[in-house]
This record gives sequence, C-alpha cells and structure tokens, in this order.
Amino acid sequence: MDFKLSEEQQMLQDTVARLVRDNYGFEQREHFYRSEAGFSRAFWQQLGELGLTAVPFAEAHGGFGGSGVDNMLLMTELGRGLCLEPYLQSQIHAGGLLQQLGNAEQHERLLPVVVSGELQLALALEEPHSHYHLQHVQTRAERVDGGWELSGRKAVVIGGHSAGLLLVSARIRGDVRDEQGISLFLVDAQAHGLSRQVYPNIDGPKACDLFLDRVFVRSDDLLGEPGQALPALRYQQGRAIAAQCAEAIGSMEEACKLTLDYLKTRKQFGTPIGKFQALQHRMVDMRTELEVATSMAILAACVADQADSEERSRRLAAAKFIVTRAARFIAEQAIQLHGGIGMTWEYNLAHHAKRLVMLSHQLGDDDHHLRAYAELLQSA
Amino acid sequence: MDINYTADELAFRDQVREFLRAELPADIAAKVRLGKQLSKDDHQRWQRILSKRGWYAANWPVEFGGTSWSVVHKHLFEEECAAFGAPRLISFGVNMVAPVIIKFGSAEQKARYLPRILDGSDWWCQGYSEPGAGSDLASLKTRAVREGEHYVVNGQKTWTTLGQHANMIFCLVRTDPQAQQQRGISFLLIDMDTPGISVRPIITLDGEHEVNEVFFDNVRVPVANLVGEENQGWTCAKYLLTHERTGQAGIGISKAALAHLKQVAAREGLLDDPLLRAQIAEVEMQLMAIEVSTLRILAAAQAGGVPGAESSILKIKGSEIRQAISHLLRKVLGPYALPFLEAELGGVPAGEPLYADYSAGPASQYFNLRKLSIFGGSNEIQKNIVAKMILDL
Repeated sequence: MDFKLSEEQQMLQDTVARLVRDNYGFEQREHFYRSEAGFSRAFWQQLGELGLTAVPFAEAHGGFGGSGVDNMLLMTELGRGLCLEPYLQSQIHAGGLLQQLGNAEQHERLLPVVVSGELQLALALEEPHSHYHLQHVQTRAERVDGGWELSGRKAVVIGGHSAGLLLVSARIRGDVRDEQGISLFLVDAQAHGLSRQVYPNIDGPKACDLFLDRVFVRSDDLLGEPGQALPALRYQQGRAIAAQCAEAIGSMEEACKLTLDYLKTRKQFGTPIGKFQALQHRMVDMRTELEVATSMAILAACVADQADSEERSRRLAAAKFIVTRAARFIAEQAIQLHGGIGMTWEYNLAHHAKRLVMLSHQLGDDDHHLRAYAELLQSA
Repeated sequence: MDINYTADELAFRDQVREFLRAELPADIAAKVRLGKQLSKDDHQRWQRILSKRGWYAANWPVEFGGTSWSVVHKHLFEEECAAFGAPRLISFGVNMVAPVIIKFGSAEQKARYLPRILDGSDWWCQGYSEPGAGSDLASLKTRAVREGEHYVVNGQKTWTTLGQHANMIFCLVRTDPQAQQQRGISFLLIDMDTPGISVRPIITLDGEHEVNEVFFDNVRVPVANLVGEENQGWTCAKYLLTHERTGQAGIGISKAALAHLKQVAAREGLLDDPLLRAQIAEVEMQLMAIEVSTLRILAAAQAGGVPGAESSILKIKGSEIRQAISHLLRKVLGPYALPFLEAELGGVPAGEPLYADYSAGPASQYFNLRKLSIFGGSNEIQKNIVAKMILDL
C-alpha cells in the first residue's frame, strides 16, 4: 500500500497546475466561454506542445503511457481551473475507444494527430430517451455499397461542435435496447447529411445535438467487429468515470477552499461567521464528503486500467455514486454558506457549484450507478 | 500509487485467519454475529486465548509483552477478528490505561499493573464522565484531597462501562479546584474493593446492564497510585483519547455486520427486493469509501505521520455507517423485530427460538448502537475538533 506520488507524477501534477494557474483566471475563463469555440484553442495547443494531450495514450502509439493515476492528476488540475477544453471526452474517452477498437490501419492513420492534439475527437453516445444506458441506441447504420449510412439523433455531444472527427454509436441490427448489434463509427465532422444544433451547457463547456440523415461512412471507418462495440463502450466509460471523479475532486477542493476563506473573512454580528457552530459543522460536513470522495477517486484511478471484471465495475460505479453525491452536497452547501454572493455569475464559486452539480448528468447520475451497483451486489 | 497489501501483509493475514479458524470458540462467535449479549466469562475466555498466542496486547511495545506489528498489521488483525466474529476487546485495561501507564507511569506501576492486565487478573473500567461532565469533560468535580500518603476521593462517576465486572478503575479527579479547568486534574488508579466505593447499575433502553454509576465516599487511595504528576492528569487523558479514536471507523465490524445483513435478508427472501438492495448497496459503497480513507491514513502513519483529526472524520462516518447497517437489519425482520426476548438475548435460550436464531438480537442491538455517535467524544464534538484542528475555524 502506497499513496505517494512518484517523482514523474509529482512533476506532471506541478506542470498542469502551473499551466492552469497561469492561463485560467476567472476573467480569462469568462473570455474563453464567450468565444466561438467555447474554450481556448491556444490552451489546447499548449497542452499538445507540452505533451499533455499524449498522457492517456500507450507508448506504442506515441503516447506517454500514462496510468489511471496520471489521468487523475491531470484531470484534478483541469477541474480545479474549471477548464472548458474537452480533454476528458477527446483524449481519455474517445481516444481510449479508438485505441481499444481501432485496427492497425486506423491507429496509424489517426492516433499520431490525436495524440499530438491536432485532431480533436468527440463522442456521440447519448440519445433522446437513452438516459445513460449505453445499449439504448436508436440511431441506425444501414449497409450500403462501400460502407454504411447512418441516420438518427445524438444528444448533448460535448465538444461535438469543434471536433474534427466524431465517434458515433449506431445500431446495425436488433431492437432499441439489445446488447448486440451496436457499432462505433468514425464520422468526419464535415460529412454530408450531418447537421448540428450548438449550445453552451449550463456548467460552461459547449455541446451540440447531432442530426444524422443518411450520413455515408466508409467501411474503413467502422471501429471493431460489426455490432460488437458494447463491451468496449462500457469499459472505456469506466476510464472516463475515473477521470471525471478526479475532475470533480479538483473542483470540490476549490469550492471548499473558497468557502472556508469566506467563513474566515465575512463578518456579521461583529464576528467572522466561521465562529458560528452551525456553519462550522456544515463546513466540516463538506470537508468530510471531500475526504471520502477523494478516496473513491483514488480507488477509481487505481482500477480504471485493470482488465474488465465485476470487481472493477463495482468499484467504478461506487466511485461515481459517492463522488456525485459529494459533489452535489458540496455545491449546495457552498452556495448556502456564501449566501447571496454565491448566487452571482461574477463569483467563481457559482461556476464550480454548477459544474459539480451537472457532472452527474454525464456518464450516469447517482441513481444510475446505485442501480448498477445494486445489480452487482454480491451475496454474503 | 498502490492500493494493495504487500505479500508480507497478506501472509500475516493468512496467519491470523488460521489462528481464528482454530482458536475462536464457536459459541462466542455465534453470539457476536447474532448481536447477543456477551458474559464476563465469554470476554475472559477470548482474552486468555489471545494472551496465550501473544496477541492480546498487540499495541504494546514488545518489551512489555506486546508485538512489533505495523499499523497495517494491526488493522488487518482487527478486520479479521471482526470477520470471524471475535468479540471486540474490552479496551479499558489493555488499550486505554496500559498505554497511559507505559507512557507516564512509574517503574513500580508498570511492573505491577501490566502483567496483571496481560494475564487477566485485573479488569479495568474507566472513571471519566460525571453527571455534570459529559462532552465537557474538563468540568468534572470528583475531588481528591491529599492527606499524608493518601488521596481522599469524593464524588460520582457515570456511564462506567462494565464496571460491574471490574476490580480496578482509572479516574480523572480534581486535585486543585483553584486552577483553570484542565490544569487541576489528576489521573488516579483505584482498587474497586477500597471501602467507600459503591456501584449501581444503569439499565439502558435495550434492557441491558452495560453501564453503571460509581460513587466515591471518602475513598482513601495511596499516593503511589497517582499516574504522572499531580494536576497533570489532562495530559494523560488527552493521550488516551487519541488511542481511543484510532480504529474507531470500525471497518471490520461493519463489514461483518453487512455480510450478516445480507445473509438474513436472503433468508427472509428480501435480497431481491430492489429497494432494499439499493439501500444495502448504498451503505456498502460508503463503507468502501471509508475503508480507502482508513488505508490512506494507515499508509501515512506507516510512513511516520501521526494520525490527527482525520480520525475524527472516520469516527463520524464509521459510526453513521454501523448505525445504518443496524437499522437495515432491524427492518428486514419485519414484525419479528418486535418481540423482546430477554432469555434469547442472553444467548442461551432454554428451547427453540421464537422465530429464528437471528431475530432476537437486532432491535436491541440497534438501540444499543445509538451509543456509537455519543461515546468517545460525540460526533458533534468530533466536528468541533475537525473545525478547530483541520479547518482552523
């Protein structure tokens, strides 16, 4: 048992922390948010130049060969800065799927530019009514000469407006919730028949709904064996969950820090409000939730890259559940302890609170993972 | 970063398991698992078995009869003992007064008391709380006045756990009423057979006789029974409280209770009920989280850190989880949680149980375990500690 970071890991953490501190002040973030991309292309480029876009990829593919723990360190710092870049979606989640399902030709063609950050990926899995169930796929892929035609609608694709390449799940056979028959396709962002409705999400990053109307995809752009994508989708969602837990920890730490500072400086009735026991105990409750959530984020990071097993699934579901509950608790308490100022757009805490609550709407909420864990519950 | 135990630690765990399989009496383990009351003899039998193996005073230094176990070894030992249904050690002697004597006691005190704790000759109880001094322990009023080679003690202690079995009590007494609260307190070792001491039972809401009131009426205690210096008793008390808090997350005990809950739920045909399954799942996930937190603290302690107020966080969470499990176990029994069967609670029913061997204990145990968030510094006091020590509020 050892929870210390190696020298390389410490360096990685310091590098990302510094980068975020220098580039992601509140004003700067607000500026990125208002820009057309909805994030900083310059910051993304810096991540690439420093080799940070390569962290989650295997060395054999030109990556850094980072572990779940490396991803955790990086995501924690991006979470602390409320960064708007779709790093998790592109490099960890979609990138992981490309690595796992892609063949040698696809790897050779795509991974170098993905690893370097030149080509951003987006992942289109959710649909209207799918509610976090990966096997719920209504979008159809019909076989045509030389490839496939995709038709359907994909919901809230984070980074779907800026990505050069989209990974889209579609059904080649079966009914809406069948586990078999789901494939993942590489769809060019400029493909004919593909349209988007773009919007900002309430917690900052930009997203879009994708409308596919007989979008042609070459046979070479099918990832993996036809109709067999679900196990990989589930496995990589586990990696994404671990990364998102880490992102939440960074944001929770910042929200707790801002709240604690406020309790020590804000005076009412002639004394810092942190002297009142009712508020002290709330702050302790926040710190307690942060503590156990951190433990689960570490656990998730340690099991994320393990071979698929029920034990891994249980632990990742538990991590997402505990972190989701803690994140919402901390967000709501942080606003409450700040009072009115915590409700304002111009104060950073409000944006952390939004992110912490809304993270639960990606990759499954607490009920989703509670159900998943309950199904996997071992008898005594 | 590595969340796994080392090969050496796993080998140690196997050794503990082997010992428990061979040596833990089945009747005692059954009582523990079913939440029934343990007799004095049950406790003493188990203590003797541990003592014989050299594992009773695991936390003591080797020179006094302890072990050289690491904090991880101690954690594994506690977890395995709980998993097998070994009784939780009555800590007042072995893990409370002994560390204080080892740290602050005289050579004579060490030579006299430590062997008697090891071989079970003495059963210690704790004289801390008073009717007017609970969470605010430093406001205690029991007086000790020096008269020649004796202190004369007058006052009352309360919530004295298993005081009815004890022949020795360690007490916080006020030796300087003029001094500021914490300053005028001393730490005294008192023989329960001394004239002037009387013990009166307090029956708790579960019908159990677990705690007592202890009255002191002109009790003459030799000055040699003072531990450390006069008026420095608070230092001993604080040292002891940190000992009391380590391991209070009770991971092993909650794991064992959760396993039992699942077994009973299965026997009752309820384990497939989605609502109950979800509630069990939730508490199991919370337990997983505090287990990892415990391992992080152990790893830090292993590396030379001193567990501080983080153990308060674990005490709060750990007690809440244990209580939640006892609530679920009570619920799965449905109407059969209602009958209050004192004979069955004692663990030796005359004939067949009214319903099942597992049905008599849980409701009583649920009420008994309300104590977890009250004793050893209530959960609210723990929050005050975290607010002060970690948050600097």
